[in-house]
Amino acid sequence: MAITRLFHPTGYNSLYQYDLLQNEMNRLFDSFFGNQTRTRRNGFPSLNVAQDDDNLYVSAELPGIDVNDIEINTDIDTLHINGERKLKESGKDLYYHRQERGSGKFSRTINLPFAINTEKVTAEMKLGILTITLPKADEAKPRKITIKTA
Amino acid sequence: MAEKGLSVDKKEIKNQDEFTQEGPIFTPNVDIYETEEELVLIADVPGVLKEDVDIDLNDNTLTIYAKVKENKVGTLIHKEYDCGDYKRSFTISNVIDQSKIGAELNNGVLRIVLPKAETAKPRKIEIRS
Repeated sequence: MAITRLFHPTGYNSLYQYDLLQNEMNRLFDSFFGNQTRTRRNGFPSLNVAQDDDNLYVSAELPGIDVNDIEINTDIDTLHINGERKLKESGKDLYYHRQERGSGKFSRTINLPFAINTEKVTAEMKLGILTITLPKADEAKPRKITIKTA
Repeated sequence: MAEKGLSVDKKEIKNQDEFTQEGPIFTPNVDIYETEEELVLIADVPGVLKEDVDIDLNDNTLTIYAKVKENKVGTLIHKEYDCGDYKRSFTISNVIDQSKIGAELNNGVLRIVLPKAETAKPRKIEIRS
């Protein structure tokens, strides 16, 4: 099925294989140290990447994180997301029964599979989900080639 | 209790009673704390609309069920997290004033306030001499 790969953008394979390799390494690491969780698999936050003809969409679940605490930087082919999750409830006379929600700083960098138009990147936070829209650079967009007839 | 660091640990509910619909169901991470007046439950439910949260109290069991409508754009090329509904139940004792439970949803965080019943609040008893 090698031919199907041709239809993916060039960087796709390296991104995918990086993930596979990382998953494999983590699996080995976890099995060696006794695996309780799968949390090591990715950094925080988890990212989903989608694309259509014009844009690349990177989304992450960041519930309860203030937009002012998130910093997004882009390069021609990389995306950096940094931020901090602060939990409001602290101090006072609180007695915690359960504390499962994490807090702290996070940082992730991903290599993008193609060049993007850095000027037109937009980000939106909705219902605790951050979606970053990265328009493809013109040279990365699919192009229809018309066949000339003699 | 020590503060917890950030991690990706979306826990999927496995081998329970089967659900009628397809797709994974997750247990949201929660913080529960108590003050003198109330018990507060905070759950991370990213991607949930206010209308789609169902909080049900039945025989001392508080059940949170939140539906997620995944808005798909483009075709997925790299996936690290799954989308699915959230469901979790807690047993609530009688000391809660069940008629005054309040809830709010803000930026993917659901906060349920369970006020304690009058009888359950701490009271200082003075000793008369």
